Amino acid sequence: MPSISRDEVAHLARLARLAVSEDELDLFAGQLDVILQSVATVGDIATADIPPTSHAVPLTNVFREDVVRPGLGQQQALAGAPAAEDGRFRVPRILGEEA
Amino acid sequence: MIRSSAAELAQKIHSGEVTSVEVTQAHLDRIAEVDGAVHAFLHVDTEGALAAARKVDEDVAAGRPVSPLAGVPLALKDVLTTKGVPTTVGSKMLEGWIPPYDATVTRRLREAGVVILGKTNMDEFAMGSSTENSAYGPTHNPWSLDRIPGGSGGGSSAALAAFEAPLAIGTDTGGSIRQPGAVTGTVGVKPTYGTVSRYGLVAFSSSLDQAGPCARTVLDAALLHEIIAGHDPLDSTSIDVPVPPVVAAAREGALGDLTGVRVGVVTQFSGDGYQPGVLRSFEAAVSQLKALGAEVVQVSCPSFDYALPAYYLIAPSEASSNLARFDAMRYGIRVGDNGERSAEEVMSLTREAGFGPEVKRRIMIGTYALSSGYYDAYYGSAQKVRTLIARDFDAAFENVDVLVSPTTPTTAFKIGERTGDPMAMYKADLCTIPSNLAGNAAMSIPSGLSDEDGLPVGLQIMAPALQDHRMYRVAAAYEVARGPIGEAALR
Repeated sequence: MPSISRDEVAHLARLARLAVSEDELDLFAGQLDVILQSVATVGDIATADIPPTSHAVPLTNVFREDVVRPGLGQQQALAGAPAAEDGRFRVPRILGEEA
Repeated sequence: MIRSSAAELAQKIHSGEVTSVEVTQAHLDRIAEVDGAVHAFLHVDTEGALAAARKVDEDVAAGRPVSPLAGVPLALKDVLTTKGVPTTVGSKMLEGWIPPYDATVTRRLREAGVVILGKTNMDEFAMGSSTENSAYGPTHNPWSLDRIPGGSGGGSSAALAAFEAPLAIGTDTGGSIRQPGAVTGTVGVKPTYGTVSRYGLVAFSSSLDQAGPCARTVLDAALLHEIIAGHDPLDSTSIDVPVPPVVAAAREGALGDLTGVRVGVVTQFSGDGYQPGVLRSFEAAVSQLKALGAEVVQVSCPSFDYALPAYYLIAPSEASSNLARFDAMRYGIRVGDNGERSAEEVMSLTREAGFGPEVKRRIMIGTYALSSGYYDAYYGSAQKVRTLIARDFDAAFENVDVLVSPTTPTTAFKIGERTGDPMAMYKADLCTIPSNLAGNAAMSIPSGLSDEDGLPVGLQIMAPALQDHRMYRVAAAYEVARGPIGEAALR
């Protein structure tokens, strides 16, 4: 029995904002199933008594002085934008018609 | 001239025997001559390189002090931002993007007078082991043009092997410096995590990504290491400690005496799946370490068998979060914005068009592993395995100074051979991943050519965190004992 179905892959793609094609869904469903079955072996040795490690360097709360530093100007910040208008990022509509 | 080491070139430039402009032009000419066949570069910055070279020549002529590698050309992986010079990360998503700022590594190179020739090809977003995932086409291995140069930093290593540059920068998340080094017969170093700034390094997996030096000799790698390493307040994971004395260690090692050095052979990295010629080359290297005076023992690190599955949960999980920034709003491409579609629809269409298949696979694996209901079984378990791997390293380093293994289980495979089978591709990083998960230092140095196919083999040397100098000493001693390995035929 596969660990992930085609429908679940379609759901993942929606969550990840990837408009994948029907052909890709077929390909990815098979590949993700093989990968997930293989990586699931981590459960073999990950017993309850072992603490998790999220990072190799245990640094916490790195602070700096709260002073003003130079940053990107408006023109520089907008230079790589796909669309800009009146010194701002222009984006597609973010609200539905009824809103 | 292009076959000289960086140290030799620097000495000649600084003594006035040659100019940096001459050295730089020689490498630009070489790129023009061979890069059509190799495709190591995505962008060559001829004007920028010659301008940087002229500046060094002026300093030398005026008798001003210059840094140890001033005037020497370098190939920079296209994952590090370069102000005013395109940075694509091997992806269509950032095609045409001109960064408004330099990465800290880039800034340090410029300040040291290192001449940046251009940006090198890579697997998209550094996800891959062959450079075949580049949106701009694969790089070819100079030792055999129908084979992969490793990945993700295949462009940087291929540039070294093809004598297009004497120095390069790579980044290593699961082996992306060391594995390309191994299969191209070059030296690649992943410094201790946190010792080279990640500021301006386009993020793949933030707790694993680490930039490092690539070169053809151990001393050249050490000289470059000392230029790029050091604390950076712009990276909150940067460690505020002195840079390990890697240049001094490389010079000491070159004297050829490893008496008193304890070397551990990792027993997990042999057997099924390892090419016999790779294992024979590795055994010969271990014998040479013994002959240099090192004490060699076998060391078992049982949890290393689980490093690959843990990595392919942790790295995609972090990637799925990091790559959420590519939303078609502030930079990068935008697809399907017809005035009718919503931001969310445009975002999905853009990410579909901008990302290649491997990036999509990893984003979806990460999204899955982090989702409610699966988190504990996948991401949570992988984090526990990470703890066990760090414990295995700690236990091993109580008894030995460095650990050794083959860098990668096989020599360079054919282009196209593994593209349809992601798990087969992932296995190229079997031996390199543990050091990313634990954060310790590791490097690959050529151990000669495999007797069955004549292709380069890499010896991996691993050292505890912040003890990077130990592996440089061992590598430099081994390099002298090994002798030259020959050069790539570009066929």
